[in-house]
Amino acid sequence: MTQVAVPTGVRNARPRPGRAFAPWLYLLPTAAVLLPLFGYPIYMLGLLSVFDYRQAQVSGGEPTSFVGLANYLTLLEDDRFWSILAQTVFFAAALVIATLAVGATLAVVLTRAGRWPRLLLSFAAMAAWAAPAMTGSTVWMFLFDADLGLVNQVLGIDGFNWFYDKWMTFGVVGATVVWHSFPFVMVVLYAGIQAIPPSVREAASLDGASEWQSFWRIIVPMLRPLITIVVIQSVIWDFKIFTQIYVMTNGGGIAGQNSVLNVYAYQTAFGSSEYGLGSAIGVVMTLILLVITLFYIRALYRTGEKL
Amino acid sequence: MRRPVADVVAVVAAFVTFFPIYWMVLSALKPAGEIQSLDARPWTLSPTFEHFQRVLSGENFSRYFVNSLIVALSVVVLSALVAFLAAVAVTRFSFRFRTTVLLMFLVAQMVPVEALTIPLFFLVRDIGTVVPGVGLNTLGALVLVHLAFSLPFAIWMMRGFVAAVPEALEEAAMIDGAGRGTILWRVLFPLVAPGLVATSVFSFITAWNDFIFARTFIISAKDNQTLPAALLVFFKPDENDWGGIMAASTLMTIPVLIFFIAVQRKLVSGIAGAVKD
Repeated sequence: MTQVAVPTGVRNARPRPGRAFAPWLYLLPTAAVLLPLFGYPIYMLGLLSVFDYRQAQVSGGEPTSFVGLANYLTLLEDDRFWSILAQTVFFAAALVIATLAVGATLAVVLTRAGRWPRLLLSFAAMAAWAAPAMTGSTVWMFLFDADLGLVNQVLGIDGFNWFYDKWMTFGVVGATVVWHSFPFVMVVLYAGIQAIPPSVREAASLDGASEWQSFWRIIVPMLRPLITIVVIQSVIWDFKIFTQIYVMTNGGGIAGQNSVLNVYAYQTAFGSSEYGLGSAIGVVMTLILLVITLFYIRALYRTGEKL
Repeated sequence: MRRPVADVVAVVAAFVTFFPIYWMVLSALKPAGEIQSLDARPWTLSPTFEHFQRVLSGENFSRYFVNSLIVALSVVVLSALVAFLAAVAVTRFSFRFRTTVLLMFLVAQMVPVEALTIPLFFLVRDIGTVVPGVGLNTLGALVLVHLAFSLPFAIWMMRGFVAAVPEALEEAAMIDGAGRGTILWRVLFPLVAPGLVATSVFSFITAWNDFIFARTFIISAKDNQTLPAALLVFFKPDENDWGGIMAASTLMTIPVLIFFIAVQRKLVSGIAGAVKD
């Protein structure tokens, strides 16, 4: 990282005594919170992952022993870990695509719709956005309930259990997640489209570009940096999905078939008391997310943002 | 896309999006008989508060509601103050490692906090033996972890709001002889207050919506449970009490919804600012 070349907020160039300490003074409360409660746990997560740490060690019955990368080797040889990793990636990818498709389509719709339909959709999206993941999950579970759910009654398939088949379950959970997350995409992209000067589109239509062409050739390229940010943000959120899976499938579905990495790490640690192994899964997740974050930061720099 | 088409799509999308919320509130108001009915109707002619009464009277629900409020509001106040100071540091000063500090706030937002429950569980347990107020089974522990997890985003967002205040105002105050403290709390703080409110919504939601930490840290102290736990009470192995679940869900959603709608405009500009400014 380069040093800050352009100081955005320096009031005067003359350094005054004590000036160098001032920013750190303002950052002191933040450090007091984040170092012990954020930094230290990350370090401890890494540390736990190289120890044999199970119920016996927690209760003090057996000494904790350093096992090096044994936990990671266990994971590498664990078929379940690989299949959960694969379905986490697949599920997250499907969620990102669906969220983006819905969010982007509705953002365009918003720019075209009249005042009242626009307000109506904005309000509905805000409500879905604000609803806690927990209550969103319970409502969708009720809608898809086998006997009393509205969906089955409308479709006339009383007693059909949506949470029995693995992919059907992922579908319902996925719909819930998209319902929660498309408003963010819609709002950000709508703001982005509004920021494009109307003259640009007018010029395109004068040159004979169709609506379709002007969308793909003008709007999308101009919004590319913003789209990149929205995509990566969605990838990060959807990869970390926890509450919806945990609540809707009661901790990962039948025999854990609907588990994702985050739920698997949690279950391994707190369900099976394999705290070392659970931490190793957590580390793997963190590393994957870190790589995605690096792309995110690069995308941010591309938008010309001055940090 | 022609305008009438866009209008229709917007209205249909609004209807579909809002429907689950409507269904939640409606089901909470339906008498038990109608919920059990195999012929569900999208309205009710005899709304009742029986589920709300059952939820509020039994199962310690009001206690859990107050607990959730205490945790969320404490997080909001603390996070606003701490984030404000940090935002001033990164926008009003240029110092070594400034970019590094900023990027760390960004990276921190990506960390899967659920995975951190494992080390945090042991950390909180150990702290609890020294400081009883913030150990396992206490609301203090929940306040602390949510404060930590809401801060990086809060700072990131506040940065935009602080940067938007012209420095000339502070300079004018300084010329008038105001000290640093006065400038900070009497000039800058009131000016960024709207941004602070918008940022607070996110901190509030993080804390209010929490499920995993309450589940992990509050093990034996029933009195210190928060709302999500209260909601799970209505899930029964044989048959779920959907009326109770929907009433509890409604009660859990309303505060966030009010908060959200109240600051809606600020929120959108704030997010746009946090994403790109």
